[in-house]
Amino acid sequence: MNGAALCLAGDAALLALAVAGAPTSARPLGRPLVYGGSLVLSLALLAVAAEALLFGGPGASLVLPLGLPWVGARFSLDALSAFFLVVVNLSAAAASLYALGYGRHEHDPQRVLPFFPAFLAGMNLVLVAADAYTFLLSWEFMSLASWALVMAHHRDGQNARAGYVYLVMASFGTFALLIAFALLAGLDGHFAFEAIRAAPPAATVAILALVAALVGAGSKAGLAPLHVWLPLAHPAAPSHVSALMSGAMTKVAVYAFIRIAFDLAGPPDWRFSIPVLVVGAASGLIGVLQALMDADLKRVLAYSTIENIGLIFVGLGLAYAFRASGLDAAAALAMTAALLHVFNHALFKSLLFFGSGAVLTATGERRLNRLGGLLNRMPATGLFMLVGAAAISALPPLNGFVSEWMILQAVLLSPALPQWTLKILAPAVGASVALTAALAAACFVRAFGIPFLGRPRSDAAAKAEEVDRISLAAMGGLALLCLIFGIFPGQAIDALRAAVDQAIGAHMPTQSSIAWLSIEPVAASRSSYNGLLVALFIALSAIMAATIIHRFATAALRRAPAWDCGFPDPAPNTQYSAESFSQPVRRVFGRIAFTPEERIDMPRPGETRAAYFDLRLGDRIWTTGYLPILKVVERAATLLNHLQFLTIRQYLSVVFGALVALLVVLASWP
Amino acid sequence: MKGLAFDVSHLLAGGLVLLSFVQLYQNRLYALLNVYSLQAFVLALSVAWQAFVQDESHLYVTAFIAFLFKAIVVPTALHRVIVQLGIQRDVENVVGVGPTMLAGLALVALAEVVMLRIAGDADVLAREDLAFALSVVLLGLLMMVVRRNAVSMVVGFMSLENGLILAAAGAKGMPLVVEISVAFSVLVALVVIGVFLFRISETFATVDAEALDSFRDGRR
Amino acid sequence: MIVDLVFQLLQMTLVIMVAPLLTGVVRATKARLNRRRGPPVLQPYLDLVRLARKEAIIADSASWLFRITPYIVFASTWVATALIPTFATGLLFSWSADLIAIIALLGAGRFFLALAGLDVGTSFGGLGSSRESLFGALAEPAMIVIVFTLALVAGSTQLSTVAAFMTSSAVGLRVSLAMALVALIIVALAENGRIPVDNPSTHLELTMVHEAMILEYSGRHLAVIELAAMLKLALYISLIICVFIPWGLAIADASVADRLFGAFVFLAKLLAGGVALGVFETSIAKMRVFRVPDFVGAALMLGFLGALLLFVSRTLK
Repeated sequence: MNGAALCLAGDAALLALAVAGAPTSARPLGRPLVYGGSLVLSLALLAVAAEALLFGGPGASLVLPLGLPWVGARFSLDALSAFFLVVVNLSAAAASLYALGYGRHEHDPQRVLPFFPAFLAGMNLVLVAADAYTFLLSWEFMSLASWALVMAHHRDGQNARAGYVYLVMASFGTFALLIAFALLAGLDGHFAFEAIRAAPPAATVAILALVAALVGAGSKAGLAPLHVWLPLAHPAAPSHVSALMSGAMTKVAVYAFIRIAFDLAGPPDWRFSIPVLVVGAASGLIGVLQALMDADLKRVLAYSTIENIGLIFVGLGLAYAFRASGLDAAAALAMTAALLHVFNHALFKSLLFFGSGAVLTATGERRLNRLGGLLNRMPATGLFMLVGAAAISALPPLNGFVSEWMILQAVLLSPALPQWTLKILAPAVGASVALTAALAAACFVRAFGIPFLGRPRSDAAAKAEEVDRISLAAMGGLALLCLIFGIFPGQAIDALRAAVDQAIGAHMPTQSSIAWLSIEPVAASRSSYNGLLVALFIALSAIMAATIIHRFATAALRRAPAWDCGFPDPAPNTQYSAESFSQPVRRVFGRIAFTPEERIDMPRPGETRAAYFDLRLGDRIWTTGYLPILKVVERAATLLNHLQFLTIRQYLSVVFGALVALLVVLASWP
Repeated sequence: MKGLAFDVSHLLAGGLVLLSFVQLYQNRLYALLNVYSLQAFVLALSVAWQAFVQDESHLYVTAFIAFLFKAIVVPTALHRVIVQLGIQRDVENVVGVGPTMLAGLALVALAEVVMLRIAGDADVLAREDLAFALSVVLLGLLMMVVRRNAVSMVVGFMSLENGLILAAAGAKGMPLVVEISVAFSVLVALVVIGVFLFRISETFATVDAEALDSFRDGRR
Repeated sequence: MIVDLVFQLLQMTLVIMVAPLLTGVVRATKARLNRRRGPPVLQPYLDLVRLARKEAIIADSASWLFRITPYIVFASTWVATALIPTFATGLLFSWSADLIAIIALLGAGRFFLALAGLDVGTSFGGLGSSRESLFGALAEPAMIVIVFTLALVAGSTQLSTVAAFMTSSAVGLRVSLAMALVALIIVALAENGRIPVDNPSTHLELTMVHEAMILEYSGRHLAVIELAAMLKLALYISLIICVFIPWGLAIADASVADRLFGAFVFLAKLLAGGVALGVFETSIAKMRVFRVPDFVGAALMLGFLGALLLFVSRTLK
C-alpha cells in the first residue's frame, strides 16, 4: 500500500474531524470526540511513518489532480519526511492524550477544538508535500490554524498582540520561502520537487535561495533575530497546543530547511555553512539567556525552544560544511546529531509544556514568583517535570545528553575541514554550544526549582492539587521515552539511518551491534558513550550507598524547622525568587542581549517606608532591530494612506501604469 | 633537533601571547608590571633560543638588551613612578575584562589567519614567530585602547614592542643595528612618556588620560 | 576478564578510600603553614563516620528530592571518578563514558545539588544555588574547550587514549597544553569551591557558595555530600595527573606488577597534589564573588586560545 496515500487519508480524516469538531465543540461530547479521534489518527499516522522510516522501500508518491495545472498536487513519503512525520505525530498523539484530560478546563472549547485537528493536518501535509505549491499552501494552512489556536484566549490583551506579531512574522516567513522556491524553480517553473532536484539552479541562484530558505524556515523555527514572535505566541496558546507548536511545528520548519538545503538546492557551497553556524550558535545563546531572565514558566519554555533550535541548526551547519568538503562520515554524524536532537527536543519540550499546563490547571498561575513547593502537592507532575528538566539540561543518562554529546563530537571533527574560516569558527561554535548547554542547566534549575521546590509563594500554590490521571499518563509516557532513548541511544541512531542517508548520502556506522549497547560515532578509541552502563552504575552506587548507611549507620530521621544559619524567616517572600536566582547571570551576561535597568530605592536608616527594587529588562534585539523597521513601515503606511482617497480615474491609471510597467520589464528581460 | 627547536620556540613565543593575555586580565598596577617584566624575560629567553637555533651570535646581544632594559630597568622605573606619583593602584578598564579577553581572542585568530595566508610558504619557525608576534602587537594595542590609566597604556606600548622584537628575532638576517636602534627608540619613548606622566599628574592630579580630553575643542 | 574486573573494582575502592585522606592532607598542610597543629590527617574519616551515625534532621518544608539528592550526587561523582584512569589506562569500563560524559556527570551532580539548595526555601540555600549555577555555567564550557585542546593533540576524547598518548614521546612541548593546564587548574579550583573562588572551611559568611547550598543538610546526608565533595577533589587532581603528569601510569595490558606500581605512584602524586593545593590556598586571598566570573572566564579564554594556537602548529605536519 502506498505510504503517501495512507498519510493523505489520515490527513483527510483529521480535516474531517476538524469539520466535525466545529458543531459539536460546545457540547460535552466534543472534547472526547476530537481529541480521541486525533489520538487514534495520530497513532495511525505514526505507525505508517515509522514503518516507512524503519523498513523504507523506495519513495512512495502520489499525484492528485489539484493545485497548479501541469504540476498537480504532488505528495511523497520518503525517509526524511517519514522521520519528521514520526516526530510530529508522536508529539500529536501525546498532546491529544494529554488534552483528553487537560481540555476539561478549557473556557472556550469552540475556539480550540475545530482548529486542533486542522493544525495537525496542516503539519502532516507540509511533510508529505512534494511540490512547491502544495508545500506553501500546506505551510500557510498550518500557520493559520496555529494562529487561530494562539488567539483562542483572545480576550487577554497580550494574547491579541502575540497573535498579531505572529501573523506578521508568519507572513514574512512564508514570503521568504516563496522567494526561495521561486529561485529554485527558475524561470521555467519546475515546481515539482523531482523537477527541481533533476535541474538544480546555478550556484549563485542556489546561494540566494538558501539564504531565503534560512530566513523563511528560520523565522518559523525561531532562529534569532527572527524569533521575537515565538516567546509571545507559543505560551499564549493552550498548553497542549504550546507543546505542539514548540515540539512539532518548529521541527516542520527544520524539515523545510533540510529539504531545501540538503535535497533541492544542488551541490553544497561551504560558504553557506557560515551563516547557519553563526545564527545557530547565536540563537542558542540568546535563547537560553532570555529563558534565564524570564519569570513566566511558559515563556521560559518557549525561549528554551529557541535555544534548542539553535543547537539543531549548529548540527545542520556542521553537516552542511562537512558535506561541502566531501567529509561524508563527519557529515553523517552531524546530521544524525541534529535529527536526534529534533526528536529528543520534541519529547522533552512537550513533556515540559504539559507540566506547565498542569501547574496552570492546579494553581491558575504561570508566574514563577507566585508558585513554590509544588513538588509536595503535585508529586507525580513534579517527578515528570524533573525528568524533563534533567533531559533538556543534557544530563546523562537521559536523551538530551546523547544528542548534545554527538553535536560536540561533530565539532571535534572540524579540524579536518580545509577552510580556514570554518576551522576557526568551529571551535568557537563548539565553545558557545557548551556555554549554552551549561546555561540551560542553570535555567532549568531555576524553572523547576522556583515553582516546585521551596515554600509556596501564594495561596493558589499552597492549595494546589494533583491533576487528572490522563494528563499524568501523557506526561509519564514522555518521561519514560526520555529515559529509554537516553539509555538506548544506539537504537535511535540506527533508526535515523535512512533519513540521514537521504540527506547526506552516507550514514553513521551501525551502533546497535556494538557490545554492551555503547555508541561510538567514529571509532572506539576516539570516543564512546554507554547510556545503559552509566545509568546502571549511578543507580547501583546510589542504592548501595543508601543501603550501607541505613544498615550500618543509622536511618533515624527527624523533621524540624529550617536551620538557615539560625535566623529562619517564616515569610515565604524571603526565599530566592526567579529574579534573584538569575541575578548573578544577569550581571555577567546581561549586557549581551538586554539592557537591564535595576533601580533600588532604599530608605535611610530610621525611615519607615518600604524599600523597593525595580528591574526592567529591555530586549536589545527588539529595540535595535525591530522598532526602526516598525517606524519605517508606519511612515510608509502614512504615505500610502493617500492612495485611499483617489478618484476612480486615478485608480484606473495606477492599475494601467502597473500593467504597462510589468510588460516593459518582460520585454526587456534578457 | 628540528623537533625540539621548534617545540621550544613555539612554547616560548606562545608564552609571550599567554602573558599578553595575563596582562589584559590584571587589575592591579603592580601585578601588571610584574607580568610585563615576566613577559620581557620570556622574550629574552625566546630571542636567546633563536640565537642558538639560528647560530647568530648578535641575537644574544639583543636578548641581553631585552632582559636588561625591559625586564629590569623599565619595570623598576615605572614602579618608582607609581610610588612617587601616588597613583591609584587599581587599573580602570573602559571595557570589562570578559569582552576585552574575547576581543583579544578574536585578534589572535585574525593574526593567525593573516599570517598563514601571507607567509604560508615561509620557514616554519619564522611563520610561527610572525603569527605570535603579530598577536602580541595587536594585544598590546588592545590594552592601550581599553585602559584608562596612562601607566597601563605605557605598559601596553612596551608589550607591543615586545612583539616587534619577537618578529625581528624570528626573521633571519635582521642586522643588529636595527634592533639596537629599536630598543633605544623605545627607551627614548619611555623617557618622553615618563616626563609626560609627570606633567599630567602635576596638572590634573590624576593619570587618567581621559582628563586630557576635556581640553580638546569641539568635544560635545 | 576477571583480572580486569578486579582492577576496575580496585580503582573504584581506591578512589573512595583515598579521597578523605587527600582532603586531610590539604587541611593538614594549610594548618601547618598557618603554624597551627591542626587535626590529624585521618580526621576526615572520623568526621564522616561521626556524621553518618547521627540522626538526620530535615526541614519541615523539604520534599523527597531533598532526601535523595545526596545519594544522586554521590553516585554520579563516584561513577565519574571511577572512569578516570588513575593508575592504569584501559580498565574494563573506561570506555563507557568519555571526558565529555564525565563532565556531564559532574554537571548532573551540580544540577541536583542546586535544586536541593532551593528545596527548603531559605535565602542562604537560594544564594548558594544561584551562585553555583553561574560558576558551573562558566566552568563547564571552559572544561569543554580544554577537552577540545586535548582532543586536537591526542585525537580522542577518551581519557584512556589521551593519557596513553601523553605518556608516549609523540607529544612534544606545546604551549597549548600549558594553557590547557592553567585553564584546567582554574576550573578545578572553581568546581571544588577552593580558595580563591570559594572557601571550603567557612560557614556564616555571605560569600560562601557550596557551603550555603548544603547548609540545611545534616547527619548521614551531610556525610554523603561531604564524601562526594572529597571525591570530586580527588577526581580533578587525578585528572590533572593523568593528563599532564602521566608518568608511571600503567598502559593497557600492562602486567599486574606494573599496575600495582602505578597505583603507588598515583598515590604519591595525588598526595603531592594535595600538598601543592594547600600551599596555593594559603598563599592567596579569596576574591570577591563578582571577580570570579572573570577568573573562570579567563580559563574559558585560555582553553580556547590553546585550541586556536594548535591550528598554527598543526599545519606543520
